[in-house]
Amino acid sequence: MMMIFGVPAPLLFGQLMLGLINGAFYAMLSLGLAIIFGMLNIINFAHGALFMMGAFAAWMLLNYAGIGYFPALILSPILIGIFGIVLERVMISRLYKLDHLYGLLLTFGLALVIEGLFRNYYGSSGMPYEIPHVLQGATNLGFMFLPIYRAWVVVAALVVCIATWAVIEKTFLGARLRAATENAPLVRAFGVNVPRMITLTYGAGVGLAAFAGVLAAPIYSVNPNMGDNFINTVFAVVVIGGMGSIMGSIITGFGLGVIEGLTKVFYPQASATVVFLVMVIVLLFLPRGLFGKTA
Amino acid sequence: MLEIGDLNAWYGESHVLHGAAFRVNEGEVVTLLGRNGAGKTTTMKSIMGLVPRREGTIRFNGRELIGLSSEAIARNGIAFCPEERGIFGSLSVTENLLLPPVVAPGGLDIDTIYALFPNLKERARTAQGTKLSGGEQQMLAIARILRTGAKMLLLDEPTEGLAPVIVQQIGRTIREIKARGFTVLLVEQNFRFAATVADRHYVMEHGRVIDMIPNHLLEASMDKLHEYLGV
Repeated sequence: MMMIFGVPAPLLFGQLMLGLINGAFYAMLSLGLAIIFGMLNIINFAHGALFMMGAFAAWMLLNYAGIGYFPALILSPILIGIFGIVLERVMISRLYKLDHLYGLLLTFGLALVIEGLFRNYYGSSGMPYEIPHVLQGATNLGFMFLPIYRAWVVVAALVVCIATWAVIEKTFLGARLRAATENAPLVRAFGVNVPRMITLTYGAGVGLAAFAGVLAAPIYSVNPNMGDNFINTVFAVVVIGGMGSIMGSIITGFGLGVIEGLTKVFYPQASATVVFLVMVIVLLFLPRGLFGKTA
Repeated sequence: MLEIGDLNAWYGESHVLHGAAFRVNEGEVVTLLGRNGAGKTTTMKSIMGLVPRREGTIRFNGRELIGLSSEAIARNGIAFCPEERGIFGSLSVTENLLLPPVVAPGGLDIDTIYALFPNLKERARTAQGTKLSGGEQQMLAIARILRTGAKMLLLDEPTEGLAPVIVQQIGRTIREIKARGFTVLLVEQNFRFAATVADRHYVMEHGRVIDMIPNHLLEASMDKLHEYLGV
């Protein structure tokens, strides 16, 4: 068997692949958090719960309406995004004039309530969600077996992340968003309906979390706590990448997933803490994060 | 065109405007002169709905603006160029130029704007609006509101901190946009510059308008003006 650094190659590549998968979810979730933080100036603690709702929406669409995976990949982010828009309009928007801490408290409370409700109705053991037929199976790359669904997750996440980045950095709509992030009152004084932009931004960030939730459904069991497993690491990713940085979230998300995967191979004991170790080191030397703006 | 009566404005507990009143007729260039802290910038921000609390009347083409949101005021056809210029560092020069939405027909097209501001055309590809020089940023801040079709322009100290040659260029620009039918309300500290562009001058003190001087009487009113402005 081929060995790399004294480790069997299939094990190394297998863990790398797992790292990339986790990284894909870190990237999608921290990207949504970054967008929301940029526009709303709140840290959306409900993000993990909304990710979970995305997975549940896919499961419900399948089990209650017979709607399969691929339509759910579109429908679930739309449904959960609309739910996010209602949350923003009804609750979060009332807090913009107060200290940021209130937004954090509200979204944290929302996360607890949402997860509690789902636990009440669906229990916490988790429900299976089958991989769609066309994405089942694995392919032999010679040095490792690559499960097709996992490759699909990484590619889909990359495409969505880069598309989101392109919309924000390269389009006219994105320019308005960036301007409103920088100086919302002036953008309003130009005649742009910034409050509506903020609402739609929250909806889009939430939609992204739900999209990640659907991708996650076949890999992890669909359960009310599935967001919690990710969200702690994702907040670390946001801090490491730099609050509000779009490309920073994407690169840091994938990068930390890979670092975590490699740690599992070479020093498994540290795999749960390595992300936070990186966070401490980055904060010591670059308090604004790797990609945070200095201004 | 713009009629302001008994305008009061507050920043938190601090009462800044105390019943300011003046009017700007269509096609005029009118300045607000006054010392620092007289309430000139606050008057502009009150018109745009950018102060936390304001009372009184602000009538624009017969419509009351008090109570409208900033974006609704802009959509009525008033455009604002703030004192700090408000150029966005996360936007390119072109993105800055195209940022304010068109609110009415009749705005200048890009070619006309580039003809008025040749520097901007040269710097159009600059990736960060804030990489421009102070003068170029001021040009950009004026240029981008000429596109929108708003006929009433509020310019807050466009000459502040700029070299004399740039100040002259801004003066030419203001006369040019007046000739094109725009109405301009200008905040100025520098009345010598104001005299080269304006039809009338309002003098502000302690949050009120205390005098109005037509431009042709400005020379004759120098003593009075020196007293008002403390120069």
